[in-house]
Amino acid sequence: MPKYLLLKHYRGGPELPTPVPPMPEWDPADIEAHMAFLEHVNVMLKERGEWLDAQGLSMDQEWIRYGGPGAAPVRSDGPHPETGDLVAGWYAIDVDSYDRAVEIAAYVSSEPGPGGKPLYEWIQIRQIMEAPPSYAE
Amino acid sequence: MDEGLLRALVPQVITALLRRGADFASAEDAVQEALVDALRTWPTGPPRDPRAWLTRAAVHRLTDAVRSEAARRRREERVDEEPEPGPTEQADDTLLLLFLCASPQLSPTSAVALTLRAVAGLTTREIADAFLVPEATMAQRISRAKATLRDRSLDAPADVAVVLHVLHLAYTTGHQGDERHDLAREAIRLTRQLVLASPEPEVRGLLALMLLHHARHRARVVGGRLVPLDEQDRALWDHDEIAEGVRILQGALGEQRRGRFQVEAAIAALHDDATTAAETDWSQILSWYDELLAQSPDPVRDDPAAVLSRAVAVGHVLGASAGLLEVERVAPELKGRYRVDATRAYLLRLAGDLPEAAEAYARAAERCTSTLERDHLVRQAALARAAARVNDV
Repeated sequence: MPKYLLLKHYRGGPELPTPVPPMPEWDPADIEAHMAFLEHVNVMLKERGEWLDAQGLSMDQEWIRYGGPGAAPVRSDGPHPETGDLVAGWYAIDVDSYDRAVEIAAYVSSEPGPGGKPLYEWIQIRQIMEAPPSYAE
Repeated sequence: MDEGLLRALVPQVITALLRRGADFASAEDAVQEALVDALRTWPTGPPRDPRAWLTRAAVHRLTDAVRSEAARRRREERVDEEPEPGPTEQADDTLLLLFLCASPQLSPTSAVALTLRAVAGLTTREIADAFLVPEATMAQRISRAKATLRDRSLDAPADVAVVLHVLHLAYTTGHQGDERHDLAREAIRLTRQLVLASPEPEVRGLLALMLLHHARHRARVVGGRLVPLDEQDRALWDHDEIAEGVRILQGALGEQRRGRFQVEAAIAALHDDATTAAETDWSQILSWYDELLAQSPDPVRDDPAAVLSRAVAVGHVLGASAGLLEVERVAPELKGRYRVDATRAYLLRLAGDLPEAAEAYARAAERCTSTLERDHLVRQAALARAAARVNDV
C-alpha cells in the first residue's frame, strides 16, 4: 500500500477561498472544536488501520548549513522569513490508493474554524518513497 | 525450534477450532495469541507434541475470553481426542482458510494481511514489519478485515482466481523485507500448498512464475543497489529453483488451458534460460507477450503494463524504433507513470540516442516512488549523459 504525508501549513500554499484570522483570535470554544476534530482524525485513521504517525511542529524555524572546515555552522532565517512556506505538522498514512489519500486530505481540510465553519485549509500531499516493485524488468 | 512446522500448524489449529463451533474471528485471534506464546516459550521448553500444545493453548485462550472453566475442559478433551490430520486434510484446511481470507469483500491488501496471519502463521509484528507500518495499525487492519467477513459462510463458493491474486500480491510486496520477513518465501510456501489442493493449471502457473522470478533475487539487489536484469550476475541465480519452476510450468502448459500466470512464467523462464543477457531469446519472448496480450479484449486499456513490457521485446526483435512506437501506443493510458519514461529511456539507449535516453531516464527518476529504483534511474541518466559527451568528442 502506498504511504503519504498529508502536510498542514501555517503559511504558504495557494490562497484560501475565505481568509481566516490567526488562531489566537478565535473564540476559545472554536479552538477546542478544532483540536477535537484533529484528534478525531487520528482516532479514525487508527481505527481503519491507516495510521502511521501524526505530529505538530512549533512555529520557530531556522536554516542551518555546514560552514566549511573549522568554521561554525551558517545560520539563516531563510529567504522570506515573514511569508515563506511553513509546515505546521502532518499525518502519515498507509492507504489502499492515492484516491483514498485525497479523500482523507479533503476531510482534514473540512476541520472546523471560527464559528464552526469549515476552514477549507490547503493540505499538501507527498508520497513517501517505497521499496521497488519486484516486477521491474 | 522449527518455526516452519509451527507456522504450518496455524491453519490446522484454526480449522480444528472452527469445526468445534468457534467463529472465525475468535478462533483466529486465539491461535495468534497461542502462536506468540509458542514463539516465546518453545525455544527453551519445546513441547513433545507441538500440535496438541498449540491446540490446547488456543482453546485455552478462546475459552478464557468467552467460556467457563468446565466448558474449557470439555473442549480441550475433545480436541485432544482428535486424530492427527493426514496430508489431504492439512491441504484442505489450508484451502478452506485461503478461500475465506481471499474474499472479494476485502481490499486486496487487507486480504493479504489476513492470509499471512491465518494461513501463513506469521505474527502481527512480522506482517507489520514487512509492510513498514506500526504493529497496532496492522492489528487494527486485520481485525477490521475479520469483522467484514463475520457474516460470510465458511462454505460459500469462492473463486480460485481471487486466491491467486492475493497470493501474487503477497509475493510482489514481499521483496522489501530481510530474509526473516521475506513475504515472497511465504507466498511461495502457500502457493505450494494450494497446488496440492487444486488441479487448476493456473495455480501451478503462479507457483512457477514465483519460483522463476524468486530464483534471481540474490542478483537483483547487490550492496544496496538495484541491478537490472541485463546486468545481473547470473551465477548468483538459484538454478535449482529455476529447474523446479521450469518443470512445474511444463506440466501446467501440457494441459492446454493457458492463463496469464502460465504465460508470464514462460517469459520469466526464457529470461532465466539465457546464460548471458545477449543470448536472451527475444523472439520467443515476444511471441509469449503476444499471447499475454491476447488474454484481454483491449490490451491497451485493460492491461497497459503488459503492452509496455512487450515494447521492450519488440525493441529487441524488430528494432528500437518499433519498440518506441509501441510505447507511444500505450503512453496516453499510463499518463505520467515513470515506467513509461523508464521504458522509453531503455529503448532510446538501445537505439544509440544517448542524449534523449539521458533525458528520459531523468524524467523517470523524477516520478519514481521507490528510493532504490530512483537511485538506479539517476545513475542511468548520468551514465547516458557521460557516454553522450564522449561520443560528441
